[in-house]
Parts: sequence; C-alpha cells; structure tokens
Amino acid sequence: MKRARSSALTLAALALAVAATGRGVRAETDCLSCHGDAGLQDASGHSVGVDGGKFHASIHGSLNCGDCHTAVKDYPHPDPATKVKCETCHADQAAGLAGSVHSNAAEHPCTSCHGNAHEIFPKDDKRSAVYPLNVPRTCGACHGNDGMAKKHGLATVYPSYIDSIHGFALSKEGLLVAANCQSCHGSHHILSRTNPLSPTYKTNIPKTCGNCHAGITADYEDGVHGKAVASGHLDAPVCSDCHTAHAIEQPTAAAFRMQSTPICGSCHKDKFSTYRDTFHSQLGALGGYVETARCWDCHEAHAVLPASDPRSPVAPANLVTTCGKCHAGANLSFVQYQPHANARSRKLNPALYFIRLFMNLLLASVLTFFMIHTVLWLIRSRFDQIKRRSAEGGKNA
Amino acid sequence: MPDLEEAAGGSREPSNAQSQHEGRYIVRFTRAQRWLHAVLFTTFLGLAGTGLPLRFSQSYWARRFASGVGGFGAILFFHKLCAVALTVAFLIHVKDIFTRAFANREKGIFWGPTSMVANWKDVKDLFGHMRWFVGLGPKPRFERYAYWEKFDYWAVFWGMIIIGFSGYAMWFAPFFARFLPGWALNAVLVIHSEEGLLAILFIFSIHFVNTHLRPDSFPMDMVIFTGVEEEQEFKNKRPEEYARVVSQGKLETRIGVKPPLWLLNFSRVAGTAAIVIGLTLLVLTLTAYFGE
Repeated sequence: MKRARSSALTLAALALAVAATGRGVRAETDCLSCHGDAGLQDASGHSVGVDGGKFHASIHGSLNCGDCHTAVKDYPHPDPATKVKCETCHADQAAGLAGSVHSNAAEHPCTSCHGNAHEIFPKDDKRSAVYPLNVPRTCGACHGNDGMAKKHGLATVYPSYIDSIHGFALSKEGLLVAANCQSCHGSHHILSRTNPLSPTYKTNIPKTCGNCHAGITADYEDGVHGKAVASGHLDAPVCSDCHTAHAIEQPTAAAFRMQSTPICGSCHKDKFSTYRDTFHSQLGALGGYVETARCWDCHEAHAVLPASDPRSPVAPANLVTTCGKCHAGANLSFVQYQPHANARSRKLNPALYFIRLFMNLLLASVLTFFMIHTVLWLIRSRFDQIKRRSAEGGKNA
Repeated sequence: MPDLEEAAGGSREPSNAQSQHEGRYIVRFTRAQRWLHAVLFTTFLGLAGTGLPLRFSQSYWARRFASGVGGFGAILFFHKLCAVALTVAFLIHVKDIFTRAFANREKGIFWGPTSMVANWKDVKDLFGHMRWFVGLGPKPRFERYAYWEKFDYWAVFWGMIIIGFSGYAMWFAPFFARFLPGWALNAVLVIHSEEGLLAILFIFSIHFVNTHLRPDSFPMDMVIFTGVEEEQEFKNKRPEEYARVVSQGKLETRIGVKPPLWLLNFSRVAGTAAIVIGLTLLVLTLTAYFGE
C-alpha cells in the first residue's frame, strides 16, 4: 500500500520532469555550475556542494532542484531560510515518524537514516543506507555508542546485535532475510517497547518473531508460556526473555547452553535449586560438557507442556523416550529417577531425606570423634617430646 | 607373619656382624602392601581432585580448574580412569586375602595379633590411649596393627565398596536400573558425594596427622614407602609386636636391608607431594563447604 503510493508519487514526479524537460535540465545545469563544486559552503559553513553524477543516479535524479528547494527562485539567491520538506511528497512516512520515538525532527532529520539528501537510493539498492545489509550500520551510528545510553537511557545494542546469530547471518553471510533492526522495530513508526502498539511490546513479540519463525511461534503459542502470555500473564516469558533481544545466540552453542538454565531458574527457583543438586547440573556447570540435560532438553523449549498433558515429553508415558535421547537403554525403572529430587525435604523424598541424614550424621560423628582424638594425641605427643628432649638437654629444654 | 618373613628374604645371612642390635632394619610391610598403598593414595588423590570440582561445581575454583584441564570431559575421564585402577587394586587385594586365608591356609588373617579384624585388645587400647592423652594412665603397648590403623583400613575397605558401587551405578545407570528402583539412582549420588566427602576429610586431616604429621612421625612416616623401620623405632612404636616376635624367636627372619638413598628421596618427594595436594584439597573443600 505504502510502497504502491510512493511509486505512484515517483511516477508522477517523473512525468512532471519529462513534461518540463527543457526548463528542468537547464535549471539544474545552472545550479550545478556553482553547487557542482564539492567545496562550496554557505554562510554558516555547511557544505552545499552536490555531486551531480551521483544525484542523477539517485532515486531523486529525475527531479529538479527547485522541486525540493522551493524557496530558491532566482540567482543569485540568499541562503534559504526554510529547510527542504520531504513530507511534501513522503507524507505517510512523515506521519509515521511524527508519532514515533524519533519524532524530534531536529534530532532525527530524514537524512540521519537515509544519508546524503542528494544521494538517496531505493532501499533494495546496495548503495542505500537502508538496504537490509546496511541497516544495522545506519542505526548503529547512533545506537552503537554509549552516548545514547547516557542521553536516553538506552542500551548500546549495536555490538550485541552484530555478534548475534542475526548479525552474523547478515554481516557474514549477507542474508537479506536475516533480521535487521527494522525487521523487528519497523522503520518510520518506531515505538517504545512500553507502547502496547509496538511490535516489541512484550505481548507482541511472539508475533513479531513469528513473522520469520512461524513454526517455532506456533509451538510456543501451544505451550504453557505462550498460553499464559496470551491470557495476560505478563510474568511468563516471550521469545526475548530467554533468547535476549539483540545478543541472540545459536541455541545449540555451548555458551547459550551454559547460560540458559539460570534464565529458566530466574522464575522456576525451586526447580532450579533441586536441579542444581543433580549430576546433570554438576556436570553442566563445569563447561566442556554441554550435552548434559538442560531444562528444555526434557521439557521442550517452545511447546512447554505440563507433565499431565500426554503430548508433553515429561508425561509419564513419554519418559522412556525422553530420557532415552541421552541414556541409551533407559527403561521404566530408570525413568523413575527424579531429576528434581529434594534430599532436604522429608515430605517430598523421604527415602532420600533419611539417606542424606544418615550420611551426614555418619560424617559428623566420625569426624568429631577423631578430631578430638587427634587433637588430644597431638598435644600429648608434643608434651612428651619436649619432656624427652629437655631430659636429653635438647633445643626445647 | 610368613609374608613378612618372606619379604625379609635374603637378609637371613649374617650381613653386618657388628651392628647386630643397633641400626638394624626390621621389615614391617611387604612389597605388595607398599604397592597397594601407593596405588591407593595415587588414585585416591586423582579421584578426590577430580571429584571435588564436581561436588562443588558452583564454586569459583571448581570452574577455573575445570576450564584449565579442558572442561568436565577431561575430569570425568580421569575420574573414571582412577576409579578403574583403584577397583583393580581392590579386587587384587581381596583375592590375595582369600588366597592366603583359604588356599594357603595361612593363620592370623581373620583373627589373632596380626589380623586386621578388631579384637578386645583394640577396645582396651582405644580407651587406654585416651586415658594416656589426658595423663591418666600409661601408653598402651601396640601390636602389629593399632586400633586407629584398623579403623583406617576398614573405613577405606567399606568406603570403596560404598563409593565404588554408587559410582558404577551412576556410570552405568541404565544397566543398574534393571534391578534397582528409580529412586536408588537419586540415592547413589547423595551416598557417593557424602561418603566421598567423608573419605576426603578423614584422610586429609585425621589420617595425615595420626600417621604422618604428629610429632613422633613428623613430617612423614617413611615405613609405608620403604617397608622397613629401624629396630629401635619399631620397638618404641610396636612394643607388643616386638616382644612377640622376639619371644617367638623370629626377629632374625624379619631383618631387612637399609633402604637405598634413591628410595628414601623418591619416597620423600612422593609423600610430600601427596600431603601437599591433600592439604590443598582439604582447604578448598572446607572453604567450598562452608561457603555453600
């Protein structure tokens, strides 16, 4: 719709230009006779030089100078008092921008994203500042420096993004479909994530990610987390709570496997602490052995379902298969193992509780007895030794 | 003690006539016993060093150590390697006991003064020893194995069965699940880690001090490395055994040779290393345990 209208506008502009060919070319040539000098400056020292070649190649190349610089009628002319109004043609974009986080036109002129006004290319042209592969660098010009953090309380997201799986796909592979900034945030009408209309508002995130990750999003919406968020429980996680927003890693990568269990644990605290008591966690915590079971290896990552749901991988009937993914030969007895056993709870795990109690008492009593025994022995031996040496006239006499 | 007499071996020939009673060395441990101790403490240090990072996997040093040696894959491999070596040594020891007791019909394996099995004298020695600690009685006259040594032996013996079984149950969990209930798989980790912790705390504090670091033996008792002890020291430490061997007229059969310097030096280095590693692990264990 937007695109159709902007091409219609372009066509109309083109038609106008063709109709007035004689006057237009002459006028432009006239302007460039001065402004073609790259070093030309206005009274306040701003460069007013234009690269005619580049301008002609640009998307606005068919327009006349006067079409945009409406304040300039004659030559010689004073420095124009009014700025060029892009919204004259690009009304939709201007309207979107007006309600966005970038609404302050003085801070965010069109050129801050689209680059030099005389060298603007269509967004599917590699030379465009908003070509998909160039978008992160364009946004990063502001969102890649810590000044933004100080000024607006925004995180410096560019480094996180560029090292993420999306950033890699884009910068290393040149994947046009890889998510760039505007895939999630939009372009002109960017809203704060606290705004319910924003694609990055918590409840909209699954849909936003689902624009590309449709299968995963369907799984997620089927799981407990998706259902909870859909029913208004905003404590439940959306994509970015586990994967982060910008520093998204390949989920099978060692680093992500190492860091992800505490993310689940930040909500599921009791399950996390009992998980930590198990061999799965002890092994996993030390690194270099990332295969050990993390939460989603058993519970699924996206279609998380309660054990009471027969489709859940932790439903009793599915445990042999689920445990069998790692433990070849797992049988019905094997899967009675409790991956979240709590040896400190007499009510939940009585057998384990008493075994631990017995072992602790054994440890404490043996060590206490022998500690006293050894200390007394040490004192007595030393006493005897000194006595003996002093009898022999030794150094401890 | 036919084994010790055999160990003394060729020294029955009158070697040093002038030092018949002074500076003689008496055999106290056979070569096999010394090897057993060496394999035991080497693998035990290996098991403790690789088991502790697991037990305290959330601690800073555990993670540093793990990343230093190449992650848990390396730790697990080494832990299992030591476990298998120790299992083999344990099985050889058990086979040796049964061979000596039943095939060779050797006396004194299960009872008597040279047996590892506790007897009434051990109970009396324990109380007598403690009375002596506080100055209420004479020092007991110890036999071949004193009560604390028997405790050490059985603690290790029993510990190896418990820790070994629970360890193999985790290693081959699906196999053990064929005849163990599911909750036993939870229990074996608790048992393995607590019993392991007990063994580590006991060996690195109690055994080290009782046997090596106390003033009479400081810095270490070399007899388990060299197998022999000077006659006077032997007489002081084991008066009852000395008296028995003399009264049986068998002292001559127990005379060994003075350990060569290389063996002494090697033993000092190995023993010191073991004690230093053990004490380091003890400190790390205690800091992690109380830091939990």
